[in-house]
Amino acid sequence: MAEDGYNFAYLDEQTKRMIRRAILKAVAIPGYQVPFGSREMPLPYGWGTGGIQVTASIIGRDDTLKVIDQGADDTVNAVSIRKFFARTAGVGTTERTEDATILQTRHRIPETPLGPGQILVYQVPIPEPLRWLEPREAETRKMHALEEYGVMHVRLYEDIARFGHIATSYDYPVRVNGRYLMRPSPIPKFDNPKMDRSPALQLFGAGREKRIYAIPPHTGVRSLDFDDHPFEVQKWEDVCALCGSGESFLDEIVTDDRGGRMFVCSDTDYCGRRREAGHTGPATRDPEGSGA
Amino acid sequence: MAVLQCNALQLRYTGMMPEAPPLLSARGVTKYYEGIPGCRNVSFEVWPGEVLGIVGESGSGKTTVLNCISARLEPTSGTVEYATRHDGPADIYRMSEPARRLLMRTDWGFVHQNPREGLRMGVSAGANIGERLMAVGARHYGNIRQAATDWLDKVEMDTGRMDDLPFTFSGGMQQRLQIARNLVTAPRIVFMDEPTGGLDVSVQARLLDLLRGLVSDLGLAAVIVTHDLAVARLLSHRLLVMRRGEVVESGLTDQVLDDPQHPYSQLLVSSVIHP
Ligand SMILES: Nc1ncnc2c1ncn2[C@@H]1O[C@H](COP(=O)(O)OP(=O)(O)O)[C@@H](O)[C@H]1O
Ligand SMILES: [Mg+2]
Ligand SMILES: [Zn+2]
Repeated sequence: MAEDGYNFAYLDEQTKRMIRRAILKAVAIPGYQVPFGSREMPLPYGWGTGGIQVTASIIGRDDTLKVIDQGADDTVNAVSIRKFFARTAGVGTTERTEDATILQTRHRIPETPLGPGQILVYQVPIPEPLRWLEPREAETRKMHALEEYGVMHVRLYEDIARFGHIATSYDYPVRVNGRYLMRPSPIPKFDNPKMDRSPALQLFGAGREKRIYAIPPHTGVRSLDFDDHPFEVQKWEDVCALCGSGESFLDEIVTDDRGGRMFVCSDTDYCGRRREAGHTGPATRDPEGSGA
Repeated sequence: MAVLQCNALQLRYTGMMPEAPPLLSARGVTKYYEGIPGCRNVSFEVWPGEVLGIVGESGSGKTTVLNCISARLEPTSGTVEYATRHDGPADIYRMSEPARRLLMRTDWGFVHQNPREGLRMGVSAGANIGERLMAVGARHYGNIRQAATDWLDKVEMDTGRMDDLPFTFSGGMQQRLQIARNLVTAPRIVFMDEPTGGLDVSVQARLLDLLRGLVSDLGLAAVIVTHDLAVARLLSHRLLVMRRGEVVESGLTDQVLDDPQHPYSQLLVSSVIHP
């Protein structure tokens, strides 16, 4: 049960209706940024107030919520958002990706594929993909309206000219449904292919800039590239030191103060569940191995 | 000698006129800035391959006219028609906005006096040249880079500096870069506002040579605004002389400069000859 003194999920019903209208419009026009009247939230901007308002507007008593930050369920940010909804909406929470009906995320898409009926809510710091080259809002709106996106490739061109390859590795720009150019928020480009034709509904909330956008289920999402420099995701020489996965996004962690380090899954639920199922990695397999 | 040269130019120029309709025609173009006249009742044509100079003292309305005819400033009254490749003459302020914007970044070029306004200062020389190609759908990095190399070469810049940022280049080089960035989509007309304005005399002379060569090699039409009659004489086939927002005289460049009819043109020319 929700604690007394709060409306269900904190926001008042009128605000939720307003945000739901923005979400419906966003779903109807995949990738299009819909302005909404962002409310003051009991968290500072940068803590996912956009994502929280989206979640608060769609969450019901029967929902089960998972919150991740950089792939982990146990960071301060993820824990405080989860507690916020447990307290204000009394909903169940989970760390298991497939058990969640709503997943709020900052910086990752879970490794476990999402299914129909699930909703992934992204926290977005900067929603406008054209902002780097055009500071004027009126002009970027026009560029979206007229599909003037060619200049976005100027950025990728610069990457290749400077580094020999497209070095942009987070918040990698995409075209949604062959139409709107979209920033996927600072997820690694490793996750971009997961957005494409996902059976889950994907909602994006930017609190400071007061924008909501969406990718409806089964919508095509294409990462920008050049014919002779096709889009590629990050790859690692290593596998996860703990669960041995060679398919997940790996974080490098320092294990001691003598320069010891290892690679582990950034998705803590995925990694833990693999270990529960008996998978091992270099650090867990060999008792004399490093780091164990 | 000089007379022979300009006669040859006049023959070449007059020989062009009957073959094609005008590329651009301005009729009765008038612009008021909140009641203050910027230009009044300006009419002229620009023919394919022709370079038209607009001269006059500071504040005479040259920039206003240039902006009005290049879809950057809607006139208070009057019309501007451009001969589009596919649909023939079209009023540039009546066509759809996507069509107009496409025209502006493919068929047209605009060279600003201040290269900062015409360049993207945050990206390399190569990206500045490649931008228009990418804007119209080029998606092959190698080809874009090759085009950028070719154009650096054509504007006589060091191709080895392709990945350098614009601010690392001198003013003259920035101006060349701006020109290359505009010409890469093979426009049919280029609008230039005092393109050699802030440059040293010797740098200016080399840039003018380059511009003259490019314009004639590519068969470009151009409208060049300048307060400098020497620049106008060197580049333009035909001249408009403006004063207080109005065109007071127009004609072939050599005629206007060698035998000005209007008292203001006479004053303008004599002030150059006897500084
Ligand atoms: N943005 C503006 N607002 C108000 N008046 C302007 C503006 N731009 C130009 N003018 C006025 O219009 C007249 C013509 O200016 P301009 O076209 O810039 O002349 P030129 O380029 O020949 O120096 C001048 O009197 C100038 O003060
Ligand atoms: Mg001017
Ligand atoms: Zn793992």
